[in-house]
Amino acid sequence: MNNELGAPLLEMQHISKDYFGNEVLSDINFSLRRGEILGLVGENGAGKSTLMKILFGMDEIHQTGGYGGSIFIEGDEVRFTSPIDALASGIGMVHQEFSLLPDSTATENILLNREPLKHTLASELFGERLNTLNRESMEKIAQGAIDKLGVPLDGKMLVSEMPVGHKQFTEIARELSKEATTEMEEGLRLLVLDEPTAVLSEQEAESLLKAMRTLSSEGIAIIFISHRLQEIIDVCDTIMVMRDGRIIKTVPSEGVNVTDIAHWMVGREVNAAKRNTRTFNYEDSKVVLSIRNLWVDMPGETVRNVNLDVHDGEILGIGGMAGQGKLGIPNGVMGLFPAGGQIVFQGEELPLNQPRSLLNAGVAFVSEDRRGVGLLLDESLEWNITFTAMQIQDKFLKRYLNGLVSWRDQKAIEEETMKYVKQLEIRCVSTRQNARELSGGNQQKVCLAKAFAVTPKLLFVSEPTRGIDIGAKSLVLDALRRYNQESGTTIVMISSELEELRSVCDRIAIVNDGKVFGILPATSDSAKFGLMMVGQEVQEV
Amino acid sequence: MRELSTKQKILRFMANNTVPLLFVVIIAFGVPLSGYSPTYLAGEVISRISRNTFLIVSLLIPILAGMGLNFGMTLGAMAGQIGLIFTTDWGIVGIPGILLAMIVSTPLSILLGWWCGKILNMAKGREMVTSYIIGFFMNGIYQLVVLYGMGPLIKIISPNLLLPRGYGIRNTVNLIGIRKSLDNFLMIRIGGVPIPVGTFLVIALLSVFILWFKKTKLGQDMRAVGQDMEVARAAGIRVEYTRIMSIIISTVLAGYGMIIYLHNIGTLNTYNSHMQIGMFSVAALLVGGATVASAKIRNVFLGVVLFHLMFIVSPMAGKRLIGQAQLGEYFRVFVSYGVITTSLVLYEVRKKRERGMSGLALAQDQEVTS
Repeated sequence: MNNELGAPLLEMQHISKDYFGNEVLSDINFSLRRGEILGLVGENGAGKSTLMKILFGMDEIHQTGGYGGSIFIEGDEVRFTSPIDALASGIGMVHQEFSLLPDSTATENILLNREPLKHTLASELFGERLNTLNRESMEKIAQGAIDKLGVPLDGKMLVSEMPVGHKQFTEIARELSKEATTEMEEGLRLLVLDEPTAVLSEQEAESLLKAMRTLSSEGIAIIFISHRLQEIIDVCDTIMVMRDGRIIKTVPSEGVNVTDIAHWMVGREVNAAKRNTRTFNYEDSKVVLSIRNLWVDMPGETVRNVNLDVHDGEILGIGGMAGQGKLGIPNGVMGLFPAGGQIVFQGEELPLNQPRSLLNAGVAFVSEDRRGVGLLLDESLEWNITFTAMQIQDKFLKRYLNGLVSWRDQKAIEEETMKYVKQLEIRCVSTRQNARELSGGNQQKVCLAKAFAVTPKLLFVSEPTRGIDIGAKSLVLDALRRYNQESGTTIVMISSELEELRSVCDRIAIVNDGKVFGILPATSDSAKFGLMMVGQEVQEV
Repeated sequence: MRELSTKQKILRFMANNTVPLLFVVIIAFGVPLSGYSPTYLAGEVISRISRNTFLIVSLLIPILAGMGLNFGMTLGAMAGQIGLIFTTDWGIVGIPGILLAMIVSTPLSILLGWWCGKILNMAKGREMVTSYIIGFFMNGIYQLVVLYGMGPLIKIISPNLLLPRGYGIRNTVNLIGIRKSLDNFLMIRIGGVPIPVGTFLVIALLSVFILWFKKTKLGQDMRAVGQDMEVARAAGIRVEYTRIMSIIISTVLAGYGMIIYLHNIGTLNTYNSHMQIGMFSVAALLVGGATVASAKIRNVFLGVVLFHLMFIVSPMAGKRLIGQAQLGEYFRVFVSYGVITTSLVLYEVRKKRERGMSGLALAQDQEVTS
């Protein structure tokens, strides 16, 4: 490398970003040499993705007011206005979600829309899209990229038939092949890998790490975002830990251990949130819901072989990183996604894949998909709150002719709605207002009210505070806590925010790779939870 | 992946080819019942192939682009008919007449296809029902133009074409000038069966064009758009434009196909010919084993043969069975709708089954590990 002493390949100075006053990144400084592998770690929402979006000049950043600070590439300041600009300067990215065509081969995907063409006569008349593909040269270029990566990937294999790992390789090979088919000045210089190993088996991950080292030795710098800390330590030269939009630590990977990183990731020493102080008596409480060998086929949140016991009257938290399967558990149990296994509720086995049977048994669910599953957006609050109770439990109905005809009991509906509007402080013009017109926080309260209205014995609450402001957040959490205390309803709360779980729950189960990795009392040290989230056994710290 | 046993392979083959197999069974019973001679049947089938294939091929490209069955091919059929009305009026006969009708229809088809494509881009995911209704809507405009516009606004010279009242085109237009002119060009007979080599050459040329087109950049882009619009868009492919192009190509080909179809029949049913052609073409393609998401040239040929063989034998078979020949016509409509419905349902069922497979795989995994 000729520029060992020159400017670094990438340098970010004082990068900051806010979304309408809400600061998500502040004063980010780091630099990257050629061929260096930088491991970027942090909890969900720590700002990793936003930082990468800034680097790539994504539209989302411009549309929300741009960013502060400056980015230098080999000493020259750059300000990308689109990912295409970033690509032209030799920066490529492989996303977490695959962007591949299922019924095309690896080669076709690698060279998608950059296929080398053979000139035809028709193109003279009708434009160059009527040139034919040059299959031979396509295969050569794709194979070149695959060889550079050093992995056994068959260019002729259809993506839909590939194991997950090969899909990942195809994506990376696509980035590598760009130097051969676009007018890049000097090929790929920096590759960003966003959680590439999350979906891979150990063996596949190993060969990916090997490929990364190969690329690095050829002078390509890599930013590696991962939750698998051991991999980060194994493969990276430098580790950068982010938390709450700041860089907490930038250290060389030598001599660092997983526990340190986990500590840096989650360790909030001072915590303002109210702690749950009660100690739940597990010896004297029955198991109300027991889940055995549950699998759920929920895209992106696959659940494998989960066993879980929920005690009567407790608040159980389910946490874990995004995509590990925590959302799959309630959705599978409630029958919203195909599931298998066994669930026993109050000593009675309930059939899976039938939402109705669970609702009838007294299990309610507040979905994370508030606007899709949770609410009838174009109906009134009254309807939203009482609808499920009316359907499932024949509440709020007036019966005539021996129950042959039942009419809605408008008065009872209004009273019930008013009760929850007051209790949960739902801000609305009237109880007849459409749910669509409410703010996110108030919509969430309506969802809760709807669940409370069926007076469930067990309540699943999924991501109750996602996308709502702090004020509404604490109201929602208080409401859950109070509801649990007053009516003794068992609550299972799923959330990405560990601190939130710790403030409300008695126990917290951490889900990793589709399985329950471990369950700890909420009062345990947060570093322990951090370790479990990244799939590390808890050793005594 | 596990190797499948022979039995499983057969079952899977049957599941994937339900509709064609069903037709093979119907025909296996119908042919002996009808009592037609093989020579007669061969002649009829060949004439149907030459008549219908071009029309059906026009459906292939929108399927490639993931837009499903283009019921909007009716638009192209209308353009083709307008081309035929003009050339008949101008008195141009024979193959030049056919060519001129095609030339006249092309700009109309392009315009209609572009407009239809634009609308379908606004109704992504509901292309089939939208294109079906567009066909009905456009029929209204076609009637307005042909029934009232032709004569006073658009000059039609020949009184043979105009209704006695002086404007509007007659219900039937005699295409005697161009009738069978392409079929009779290079006609040969093999064992008493006439084979219209000229038309077959045109169809062969079209098939080669389709195969070649799939290899072009545009064809590849259509495949990409058909598989996943968002992935294609992320790769920089102009999704909307590509989709519009596929509909334009389909409409233009449908126009040519309609001209070839009518030239074989010899009369133009001004207000009816185009109406059912979309449905019959779609049904024939599906009978050939195509689905909403994939269709190949071989599906076209297999479909034409099976679908029309059934039409040829069913009236006679019906007559022999219950003494009524109307059964044939009844069958024609009934079976067409039935086939389309079955194929649409089967397609969804298959998709659902595949989705269920991933859940089963999870359950199996679990058994292995626990």
